[in-house]
Amino acid sequence: MSFLSHLISGISLGSIYAIIALGYTMVYGIAKMLNFAHGDVIMVGAYACFFMVSRYEIPAVVGVLSAVVICTLLGIIIERLAYKPLRSATSLAVLITAIGISYFLQNAAQLLWTSNPKVFNSLMGDGSVKLFDGRLSISVTAIVTIVVCVIIMLALTWFTGRTKMGKAMRACSEDKGAAQLMGINVNFTISMTFAIGSALAAIAGVLLCSAYPILTPTTGSMPGIKAFTAAVFGGIGSIPGALLGGVLLGIIEIFGKAYISTQLSDAIVFVVLIVVLLVKPTGLLGKQVQEKV
Amino acid sequence: MNNPREETKYVPQPATNLIPERELGKQLILEAHNLGIDFGGLTAVEGFDLSVSPTEIIGLIGPNGAGKTTVFNLLSKVYQPTRGTILMNGRDTMGMSTAQMNRAGVARTFQNIRLFNNLTVEDNIKLGLHNHIKYGMLSGILRLPNYWKQEKEAKERVTELLSIFSMTHMAPFRAGALPYGAQRRLEIIRALATGPKVLLLDEPAAGMNPSETSELMENIVKVRDTFQIAVVLIEHDMNLVMGICEGICVLNFGKIIAKGTPSEIQNNPVVIEAYLGRQKEDGQNAES
Repeated sequence: MSFLSHLISGISLGSIYAIIALGYTMVYGIAKMLNFAHGDVIMVGAYACFFMVSRYEIPAVVGVLSAVVICTLLGIIIERLAYKPLRSATSLAVLITAIGISYFLQNAAQLLWTSNPKVFNSLMGDGSVKLFDGRLSISVTAIVTIVVCVIIMLALTWFTGRTKMGKAMRACSEDKGAAQLMGINVNFTISMTFAIGSALAAIAGVLLCSAYPILTPTTGSMPGIKAFTAAVFGGIGSIPGALLGGVLLGIIEIFGKAYISTQLSDAIVFVVLIVVLLVKPTGLLGKQVQEKV
Repeated sequence: MNNPREETKYVPQPATNLIPERELGKQLILEAHNLGIDFGGLTAVEGFDLSVSPTEIIGLIGPNGAGKTTVFNLLSKVYQPTRGTILMNGRDTMGMSTAQMNRAGVARTFQNIRLFNNLTVEDNIKLGLHNHIKYGMLSGILRLPNYWKQEKEAKERVTELLSIFSMTHMAPFRAGALPYGAQRRLEIIRALATGPKVLLLDEPAAGMNPSETSELMENIVKVRDTFQIAVVLIEHDMNLVMGICEGICVLNFGKIIAKGTPSEIQNNPVVIEAYLGRQKEDGQNAES
């Protein structure tokens, strides 16, 4: 029974990683950049929700929605101010800028909200579902997390596959020049990608802090790095890859914690990543990219 | 003046039609006046003038490296011109982006095919229809009635466009998996989907055998007649150029060296020199 319970909490943690990894993978797919500030957008989303719900006692649904709106705007602003001027710059310059934005957000949060940890009350309450005569108990938070992740995946697959904006995104990720000649506004498409990624980050922030209720200005950085790992693990640029990578990473981490060593669980995660990349350098679902010269 | 672009304000000039004897109407669809571009210190195109009337087929020829594709890149705003003006439907296009130029009515294909290889044939054409499908992101995600209506119309339009080149059965295939000739045709269809008034074709017959080329010639004329659009094409296949073009413009070293009807071009000594080399003093060909 403990195995099942670990598996479920692994999938639940992995779902959060998957939602964050989507932000990394979509932005990478289209703008070909690693947005290392993504993890800190999660933190901003969590704080926004925390203040709305715990301080101003706004209904939880409205709190989450306003966190989504705030993060979406933040994502668009970051892209416009920091990344857009560097569109034709080297990828290293953009990478360093992203790291700079990450530190900026962390320090701004420290300045605004102090570094004292805040206790985030789970929006889903602390109830749980008991199965097998109470031998297996699954928290409501875990169930909601998994369901939300599945809904987001289905919606996003539909969006990229079937709508004109989604197709424009895929076109931009393949050939920006040709997309422009189809009359597609590439800058707007990139902005929209950041908006979607940041909206997902807000949801991930709320879910993360519902499961692990301590909120500090650096809350987002470690999950951000792990989700980036998940994106690479699954094959960066691939949406199903982000899901697979995220869930596998979550399960490995929880099993590592439960059966091997609590201290070593992060190391185990990265060892698995290294092994996978040695065998399959493009990640589990990544495509072989051949650069044309 | 500090900004070279400021000098390029449009001053109405008498249009120089390629075929003066034909009644082409007053309104020109695309005009280029004194167009030029420098890459660093290198002048790639200089003093390029072109007038395109609606439904005219114009050929752009010249030896390798003459700047033909650069002219296409200027006309489609992939490059912003250093000098000169491009008028679309009589309106100045200064400062327009590539996407805006496309919306204004210029569509093109590429010398080396640039389809979205991982997308299906249908999706490639739907991307061409991007600006003609009108629904917001929200109705796309929530699948509101408007989404279904617009997508259905788009699908019908895709089938209609594919039927011109009898490719309807290829709609669900991945564009990258199509045979070469079909990819070239798909690129033309995708450009047509954007609803252009001028279609720029960059070496449409490259890599085609004579029977495919003659089929392509028929198709280009058919496209012109069906859509009532102007076509400007770059081509090395002289049978195609002389066969369907009503006006020809010859470029060499970034400058126009001759303009005229196919028969005028064929007998123009400057053109012959550019292609075959200068004749020796004693009248013998330099090659022999």
